[in-house]
Amino acid sequence: MAAVRAPPPFPLFLVLALSISAAIAAAATTVLQPISDHHRSAALNLLVPSHGSFHSLQDAYEAHRVFEILGIEEKQRVSTDTCKEVLENLRSSSSSLKDLFYALKVNGILKCKVNGEVFKGIASRLKASISDPSPLPDLYYSIGSLVLIKGQDSNVDVLLADATGTFQSIKALSQSDGKWRYSSNKTESSAYATGLALEALAGVISLASSEIDQSKVNTVKSDILKLFDSIEKNDDGNFYFHEESVGGHEHQDSLSTTSSVVRGVTAFAAEVSGEINLPGDKTLGLANFLLGTGIPGNAKDFFNQVESLAFLESKRVTIPLILSLPETVYSLTKKGQLKVRVSTALGSAAPPLIVKLVRAFSSGAKDSTIIESKELQYDKRSGLHVLDAFTNNVDVGSYVFVFEIVLHDSRSEQVYATGGQIHVPIYVTGNIEVSNAEIGVLGDLGSAETKKTLDLAGNGIVSLSANHLQKLRLSFQLTTPHGHVFKPHQAIFKLRHETKVEHMFVIGNVGKKFEITLDFLGLVEKLFYLSGKYDIELTVGDAAMENSFIRLLGHVKLDLPEAPEKAAQPPPPPVDPYSRYGPKAEITHLFRAPEKRPPQNLSITFLALILLPFLGFLIGLLRLGVNLKNFPSSTVPATFAMLFQLSIGAVLLLYVLFWLKLDLFTTLKTVGFLGALLMFSGHRILSYLASTSTKLKSA
Amino acid sequence: MARSTSKDAQDLFRALWSAYSATPTNLKIIDLYVMYAVFTALIQVVYMAMVGSFPFNSFLSGVLSCVGTAVLAVCLRIQVNKENKEFKDLAPERAFADFVLCNLVLHLVIMNFLG
Repeated sequence: MAAVRAPPPFPLFLVLALSISAAIAAAATTVLQPISDHHRSAALNLLVPSHGSFHSLQDAYEAHRVFEILGIEEKQRVSTDTCKEVLENLRSSSSSLKDLFYALKVNGILKCKVNGEVFKGIASRLKASISDPSPLPDLYYSIGSLVLIKGQDSNVDVLLADATGTFQSIKALSQSDGKWRYSSNKTESSAYATGLALEALAGVISLASSEIDQSKVNTVKSDILKLFDSIEKNDDGNFYFHEESVGGHEHQDSLSTTSSVVRGVTAFAAEVSGEINLPGDKTLGLANFLLGTGIPGNAKDFFNQVESLAFLESKRVTIPLILSLPETVYSLTKKGQLKVRVSTALGSAAPPLIVKLVRAFSSGAKDSTIIESKELQYDKRSGLHVLDAFTNNVDVGSYVFVFEIVLHDSRSEQVYATGGQIHVPIYVTGNIEVSNAEIGVLGDLGSAETKKTLDLAGNGIVSLSANHLQKLRLSFQLTTPHGHVFKPHQAIFKLRHETKVEHMFVIGNVGKKFEITLDFLGLVEKLFYLSGKYDIELTVGDAAMENSFIRLLGHVKLDLPEAPEKAAQPPPPPVDPYSRYGPKAEITHLFRAPEKRPPQNLSITFLALILLPFLGFLIGLLRLGVNLKNFPSSTVPATFAMLFQLSIGAVLLLYVLFWLKLDLFTTLKTVGFLGALLMFSGHRILSYLASTSTKLKSA
Repeated sequence: MARSTSKDAQDLFRALWSAYSATPTNLKIIDLYVMYAVFTALIQVVYMAMVGSFPFNSFLSGVLSCVGTAVLAVCLRIQVNKENKEFKDLAPERAFADFVLCNLVLHLVIMNFLG
């Protein structure tokens, strides 16, 4: 029960939309959708270069490969430019192994016209590089390129003379945990490198002029099984490979690591005879992990996801079957059907099979089985498995349905991985009946004074009045379509005062009956002694309730006693959270008001007055008969006398300048200079005057 | 009685004036200068009384400039006066040099304070 001043009325549909989307988001972690048209349109947006050409041959290959897998006809638009680049790369003798590799890969898809001689030249260059000891990525690119040339031009001799030696040198990089190292001077093993190594080994087997010793192949097989023992499992129960940071090499994320391993293992499985007994749940877990990334946002991840899924479907390992539901919400009012689709990860059709609903239970109580072993009907037209009608004991709420895929043909069990029991959260929604709604004011003895029946489905409002000795009671019943009690997530009673102070109360239930009694005597303090008109609002909402509502029931006029002095004040109105991002109030600075200045005329008058004493001084001087007869007549003393007067004048002028604009430092420096001049000239003229006066005296 | 008082006063002033007339001219010039400074200071004080003391530092520096000048001029008069035996050995030119120096220092401070 909280007292808040009116937050903007939070729309109920938003609450519901949020809770439903949260529920669906939670479900999406377990119910995966296979690759669909969403992926195709995303691929076109993401992978088609906006300015006509790809950034690199690798990007070009990845885009074309994705288009090939998803069946998108997008080759024409960019193939001419790309082919030109491919040819340049293949002809150049200085192009790197990686560029050659991707040029050949692009050529494999686009089928550019490449001269057989060019292939021969490349093949001999690659063979030479294989015989040198080199790190794993170089071997991978060289062998991969040779395999590609073999596929593109059968006339070129690409067979390795010393295939066993090459096989050995790659195998030498493996470690006891089934993982490979990047090169012989590295100590850390890497899952990503393992993918490269397995693909390279597969290439060596296909390029071998004589068959590789089967025992060596078998050790690699056991390595693969060891590798799958170290597979990681995430929170959703999906499997993936994870790369610890390996020094000196670009760090690979889980998706590209997993993708590399899948590529390597499937390539190896394609070349060797006999099965690699990878557990079906692991391949299914890998597929689930790859699908669990959704629609990746960058081209690299997109390529890794789609290509790995394609490899998992290539019949070299057990093919994971993905069970997906177009909808995980079942509405009791619409009486729809629960549909289940089973397909491969890329969305192609599954073999004939039956989907069984093993059991279904309420997500709150695991033991309460509501449906047990039911077969879903297969609808040939839509390719969906349909559960027609729910039994009567399926009521509004959230459930977990456990499905199982049973293949018709027992042989296809070797080919497909179905993953045993699949738990899927299902939400069953329906209309909740609201009935027997009553609101009333009770006297202090519990006797009903006013009691009104409410039609909560309608819009009618009631007006009530009460004082602090009375009680307000609201009651109603919620029943599911099957007549059971329904307890919604939200059943909130709200009182809102005219001054926007809000009080919320949670409505509890006893059996079917939801009831709240507000005893105003105990609530006066909580209501801040605010008398007056209160709006009554009722909120009943739940994710599974199709007719959730929030409505104004009416008003109640409360007559509460006067607040005592120490009573708590109502909380201040909440600040609108959006106003934080709005403009701030303008800051006004407080300055001291300027002092009142005297009228200008007065000041000018006094300026004139100041001149009067000066005038008097001058007149007085004239009256005294002052003269300049004592001014020295000979040149040198006269010059010094002039200099003396001038430098005094200069110092005074400097003081005026100091007053007007100069600072103290400049002034003092200049004063120092002028002072020296003044001292010198002053000394000369005054000592001259003194000597003449003493001469006069003595004479 | 009143007439005789005013006459006495007139006599007194006349005697004073004649006694003052005997003062050397250079001392009279200094006296005149002191009077000039004092009157200038008085006018500023009157102005301050009329319009208020804001800005006070300007008022102070204006008045102190005048008073300081007057005081320095009085000092100069004391030193230059030949009657004062105390400063017999001090040449009037030396006293004037001191006067100039003190005035310059005083006005440097005044200008700094003027604002």
